[in-house]
Amino acid sequence: MRKVAIVGVGMIPFGRYESESLVEMLAMPALRAMDDAGIGDRAVDALYVGNMAAGMFNHQSAVASALADYLALLPAAADTIENGPASGGSAIKNGLLAVASGYYDLVLVVGGEKMRDVIGPRATDTVATMTHPTAEYIYGVTLPSLAGMFTRLYMEKYGVTERHLAQVAIKNHNNGLLNPYAHIHASITQEGILDSPHSVVNSPIVSDPLRLYDCCPVSDGAAALLLCPAEMVAEFKKPKVVIAGFGQATDTQTVQEREDPTDLKAVRLAAQQAFAMAKQTPRDVDLAELHDAFTILEIAESEHAGFFKKGEGARALEEGRTRIGGDLPINPSGGLKARGHALGGTGVAQVAELVWHLRGEAGQRQVKGAEVGFSLNFGGFGNNVTAFVLRREA
Amino acid sequence: MPMDMELEALLRPPASQMPTYPPKWITLATGAKMVVRQLERGDVPTLLNAVRPTMKVARDYYDIVGARLYAELLGWYRYRVKDHYCLAGQVNGALVGIVNGRMYTPEIGMSYHTLAIDRGLRVGAHLFAAKMEYHLEYLGQEEVWITAESPIGFRRWMIEYGLELKEGMQHELGGASFYSLTKAIWHEAKPRLCVGSRPVPRELLAKAELEIRVADEGHILDKILGVKGGD
Repeated sequence: MRKVAIVGVGMIPFGRYESESLVEMLAMPALRAMDDAGIGDRAVDALYVGNMAAGMFNHQSAVASALADYLALLPAAADTIENGPASGGSAIKNGLLAVASGYYDLVLVVGGEKMRDVIGPRATDTVATMTHPTAEYIYGVTLPSLAGMFTRLYMEKYGVTERHLAQVAIKNHNNGLLNPYAHIHASITQEGILDSPHSVVNSPIVSDPLRLYDCCPVSDGAAALLLCPAEMVAEFKKPKVVIAGFGQATDTQTVQEREDPTDLKAVRLAAQQAFAMAKQTPRDVDLAELHDAFTILEIAESEHAGFFKKGEGARALEEGRTRIGGDLPINPSGGLKARGHALGGTGVAQVAELVWHLRGEAGQRQVKGAEVGFSLNFGGFGNNVTAFVLRREA
Repeated sequence: MPMDMELEALLRPPASQMPTYPPKWITLATGAKMVVRQLERGDVPTLLNAVRPTMKVARDYYDIVGARLYAELLGWYRYRVKDHYCLAGQVNGALVGIVNGRMYTPEIGMSYHTLAIDRGLRVGAHLFAAKMEYHLEYLGQEEVWITAESPIGFRRWMIEYGLELKEGMQHELGGASFYSLTKAIWHEAKPRLCVGSRPVPRELLAKAELEIRVADEGHILDKILGVKGGD
């Protein structure tokens, strides 16, 4: 297996795109990634596009074929990769394996979703189609409802409070203010979203105990990476950032079948695999991009990925360890909570964020001296998870 | 009286006595304190400066809401709308949202428009609730007639409040079927949808009354469209 590097990165601001089609949205970060690497006239061998639901959101399928043509990449190989909200992570995996195997040299990975073509409830319903059709979906289960039940259990078992959840939201909104690509640019306060009697309208209950500000927005957004063998990096103009580790694991489709529903087994296994492949440990990590579709997930994932012991993620948050400037900044991009969650775009955007930090190009939100980064893309309600360890190398 | 003044008197609707809406303040998610208060006819020229740019924004039907609100405010200013009122939200004096309506009959309120200039902070939701509060608790009306011109409005008002569909009648704004907020629905919805504290601290209110600050057109459009910079 060859070592694989990321030589180009591109993103568009997450938010809402009305005049651009999905393919145009995907093309913008793709062009930025190619420009970023400075590939000139070199041909891209293959294109992997992470996208969950263009068929339902945009009435379009075969997105990768359309994008390859739009970008004039023909006759490059092109595949659309669908793995729920972890589609982006899975698209990177496909690119990684293709380059590592030696089959392709230059691979473009793009992730994106255009969710705002439909109204919010329709988007929530579309995402809910990844739940079990007869054991969950028909009973009205949605991702927020699963997250609500998970949160209640996690609170009871580990002492996480509404205050901790609010702290995740506040931290990530503050980080989002520093990120020009973030969907949400608004500073929020504990008074405004939790303590004030007026907060019942500002941040109403969405799925008890989760409130509005515990949930990520529905975003349009896209990001792209250009991969090549590590030995080719010198041919491009960027510092060497390699995908040092990758892991992926699955869990039961229905949450009810899990022995302990608060145990995110797939997160733990994916992270362990990624660290093992990278020959690094969670202690080596300088920053992490975790999948905080709901605030509780940032806390739970930080524990399951091995950064903190079970039940200690909330304390680390309280102590400010996960802020920019702390010993393990989590979601300096603003996370899904503020950078936004564009399903197929999220996993790619997380890795793009890590690359910027590892290169020292993250602007105001730069984690100083970052050398190792970790990302976790959470599909389903933890039933298909991808994890990456990235490392800057000389 | 000169003939033109006699004619003007005929064109002006007679005004009813309407109790004033007592101002209140609300903490927004940002922690900012929004003062909600009733504005006067003389404030309209300032309000029109805030509404005018919204007529250029097709997103979420801001253009329709802006154009109609502009006309309603102008009609009120120039004495062509009967028993009209306007409430506004201000943060540090800056105008962040406007709602309006009128007393259709002593028993029925007619809700017109809700325009949020600062988006994403539930300013529109707070102001709409204040408008309903005004109709049912201060004007003492039995119900408010409400219609929506955007999907967001429909979700916010018809679904969140669980309004009652009115059939066989027409809202003054024309258009789709309209809905009614009755006292019973209001009392059920109020604890989760209508907040605010009174009295407004003197300094906070003074700041709001001193000046209605209106952002320039570019800022208003940026706020509504959520314009951000990339690389």
